[in-house]
Amino acid sequence: MSSESQVHSSAGASQSSHKSYNIGFVLAALLTLIPFGLAMYPSLPRTATFLLVLACAVIQILVHMVFFLHLTTAREQRWSLVALVFTVVIIVLLVGLSLWIMYYVHYNMLGL
Amino acid sequence: MFGKLTWDAIPFGEPIIMYTLAVVGLIGIGGIGAITYKRKWTYLWKEWFTSVDHKRIGVMYIVVALVMLLRGFADALMMRTQQAMASDGSPGYLPPEHYDQIFTAHGVIMIFFMAMPFVVGLMNIVVPLQIGARDVAYPFLNAVSFWLFVSGAVLVNLSLGIGEFARTGWVAYPPLSGIAYSPGVGVDYYIWSLQISGIGTLLTGLNFFVTILKMRTTGMTLFRMPVFTWTVLCTSILILAAFPILTATLFMLTLDRYMGMHFFTNELGGNPMMYINLIWAWGHPEVYILILPAFGIFSEVASTFSRKRLFGYYSLVWATIVITVLSFIVWVHHFFTMGAGPNVNAFFGIMTMIIAVPTGVKIFTWLFTMYRGRVRFETPMLWTVGFIVTFSIGGMTGVLLAVPGADFLLHNSLFLIAHFHNVIIGGAVFGYLCGLTYWFPKAFGFKLYDPLGRAAFWCWLGGFYLAFMPSYFLGFMGMTRRLNHFNVPEWRPLLLLEMVGVLIILCGVACQVMQLIVSIRKRHENRDHTGDPWDGRTLEWATASPPPFYNFAEQPVVHGIDAYWGMKERGVKTLIDADFRKIHMPCNTSLGVVIGVLSTVLGFALVWHIWWLAIAGLLATVAALVVRSYDQHTEYYVTAEEVERVETERRQLMAEA
Amino acid sequence: MSHIVLNETAHQQEQGYEDAGSLSLFGFWVYLMTDCILFATLFATYAVLGQSVAGGPGAADIFELPYVLGETSLLLFSSITYGYAMLANHRKDKRRVLQWLGVTFVLGVGFIAMELNEFHHLIAEGYGPQRSAFLTGFFTLVGTHGLHVLIGLVWMALLMIQVQQRGLCCVNSTRLSCLSLFWHFLDIVWVCVFTVVYLFGVI
Repeated sequence: MSSESQVHSSAGASQSSHKSYNIGFVLAALLTLIPFGLAMYPSLPRTATFLLVLACAVIQILVHMVFFLHLTTAREQRWSLVALVFTVVIIVLLVGLSLWIMYYVHYNMLGL
Repeated sequence: MFGKLTWDAIPFGEPIIMYTLAVVGLIGIGGIGAITYKRKWTYLWKEWFTSVDHKRIGVMYIVVALVMLLRGFADALMMRTQQAMASDGSPGYLPPEHYDQIFTAHGVIMIFFMAMPFVVGLMNIVVPLQIGARDVAYPFLNAVSFWLFVSGAVLVNLSLGIGEFARTGWVAYPPLSGIAYSPGVGVDYYIWSLQISGIGTLLTGLNFFVTILKMRTTGMTLFRMPVFTWTVLCTSILILAAFPILTATLFMLTLDRYMGMHFFTNELGGNPMMYINLIWAWGHPEVYILILPAFGIFSEVASTFSRKRLFGYYSLVWATIVITVLSFIVWVHHFFTMGAGPNVNAFFGIMTMIIAVPTGVKIFTWLFTMYRGRVRFETPMLWTVGFIVTFSIGGMTGVLLAVPGADFLLHNSLFLIAHFHNVIIGGAVFGYLCGLTYWFPKAFGFKLYDPLGRAAFWCWLGGFYLAFMPSYFLGFMGMTRRLNHFNVPEWRPLLLLEMVGVLIILCGVACQVMQLIVSIRKRHENRDHTGDPWDGRTLEWATASPPPFYNFAEQPVVHGIDAYWGMKERGVKTLIDADFRKIHMPCNTSLGVVIGVLSTVLGFALVWHIWWLAIAGLLATVAALVVRSYDQHTEYYVTAEEVERVETERRQLMAEA
Repeated sequence: MSHIVLNETAHQQEQGYEDAGSLSLFGFWVYLMTDCILFATLFATYAVLGQSVAGGPGAADIFELPYVLGETSLLLFSSITYGYAMLANHRKDKRRVLQWLGVTFVLGVGFIAMELNEFHHLIAEGYGPQRSAFLTGFFTLVGTHGLHVLIGLVWMALLMIQVQQRGLCCVNSTRLSCLSLFWHFLDIVWVCVFTVVYLFGVI
């Protein structure tokens, strides 16, 4: 059975294989251990730790999407990718603008 | 055993409610009696309640929406009469605790249980036909969506007779909607009816998003779709992106109320402003969900009744897409006055003004469509012209309100009330009523009786202006919204004028009720066998009226915009000279009704804290879904012979016409 | 199966189940996108309320990172094991599918058990969700993720029963694919949770 228009394809396609999951696992494990290590044993300045941890999270999410969810730019999956990108945009807007708004709402309460 | 529910929940001491319940009860018993007398229960069950046919589901949505329009309008009448009576210092006939529930119910019902189902109903009936598809992508989910909506509507109506409704306004700001200040069941009814019907709405958005992307017929690329389908696609995207915000926000309010948490409380760190922020992050896309399909309807009608291809198809599509994206970055304009400060307000004020631009572009494209067209002023066209004028005014007052400095004076005044009724009635409601008139013959095979339709339009138009234009002035004169009683003599004459306006709208509604009755009675004389009573341009008019349950015996191949017009120009009148094949269709299901009933039980039990019943309802719902997952007979094949029979019958009727 | 043919006859609807499978999968993916927005709302609220400790404990006071690392490992392993189950599904190897699903299930239950344990301890010390807005946000965000995992486990158990009963037929196979999307998505959300809640709380 070969329904190619899935988010992650089936047999025959090169995306889905033991290799894919194993590589993904190793990467994800590393990208988990590093930030936990940095947080448990603080050795860098706070801002640097913060940014590094954030970067590891973003990269790990991408690792999950590529190696576990087999997300590609293939034509059959085009709309799934579009939906994902749009969702990310909405989330960035929602969270970002909300934080901005609520910060100033708080600030204008003059320390109450 | 029954949680907080006692006999005291029934408001025996409130005569207005008791009379209302008596009347509703009588009408209900009368309706049930009539159906029983005519032995129509089996027919209703088999053909309608268990149907997964998008056309049937769409009709049911609109039927419920129209009933809820009557209830919401009754609330409006009560509010207006109270204000007319209580403007000279007297208390009026509705004490504040009752009045507050009425304006809350008015908003909740009109938005969630009238406008949303009306638009979803029209989407359901029309979109699969317009894209040449047989049904939506997920027919079972479509049925479930409808019954979840009904469940929500039932809960709202139950609150009238058992308990109370929220007194917080239709967006239910905490801390007022928190457990400390609204300890009764009103806000709980609000929460659960919206959560349950909200799931239905989300599933509908999902359904139409996938349907439009994946089930268009051959040759119908995205840029050959009718504009109504485009607006439905964008509306679906808005639903998918915005409704999870509502779900999460109401969920957090629920946790505050039921488990004593501190999201939006005054104590222990809660932040009520976060609710306001989130609810409007949903709320603004919501109003675009209501208006975009109306824009689509007017696009179809303007081109059909100007006998001209729609002017600026691409600009209309791009304007719709731009509006969709922009609608997520304007929401603070609903609370400019609540402390975000000049920078935040300036950003959102500018964004709000920018979003008016694509809408303005649309107005011009409709006008240019009509320009040099051979305009026929059929009733749908009357609604369209009425809309163009009325909505433009409402839009302009919106741009005025978008200026934060002006909004500081006008926020929550009657100016605001006038503005949003201007755009919702003049835009959305006019659009749905236009769509109803336009597509009624497609759904039922006969036109609505026209003289009453025209009378209704003029009553709605004149009545609306009289009922709401004075409110702009009242806003400038300092009158705020949600006032139960007051003593300002200057306001009185305008309020009385508005009362007259509301009564004229009432005449319009009465005309529409009569129109339905008369049209149904005269249906055999007015039967349309061509399937195309308006000389339409899009694919839905290529089918019979009503279409066969499978829509198209053979799905058409499309070569351009206005697919049906193209067919007509090539001399292809209908699609029935086909080589008949078997057709794959979904089976009816009783599970929609079952899930609807269980959701109502669940919601009711949660409102009244009847925990054993809530758990039972939840488990039963899960069980129902598990049962469904085991069902292997969810689809069947319509034989080629059956298709041939239906199509031959239609051919004969067309020949006789 | 051929791709949707865009220039000949319009009989594509006869392709039946295979199309239905990919349609289900796409629809489920879109639903997951809406679930992302739901979580985003909870994350935004947590971020806003995160400092409102009302005189009670803050993030650094109550989070034990080694413990969270343990939970994270369980979930990450369960993602791989589910991946192996999916590979077995493509090979139509029913036995292996059930084995790997079983392992995934156990790992998932382990995750839930650890989370419940953490919640129990906090509540027992008086640091429940009613104590402050910060704790409300914490319990709700982490708890909602846990609830999703629980629902995933129930779904998994049901699917295991149905695969056992009916094998890896079309419908079961599609459902396994949908659950796979769900399970991986939950791990992605967990990455956000441990980063934003636990790690940022401690840094």
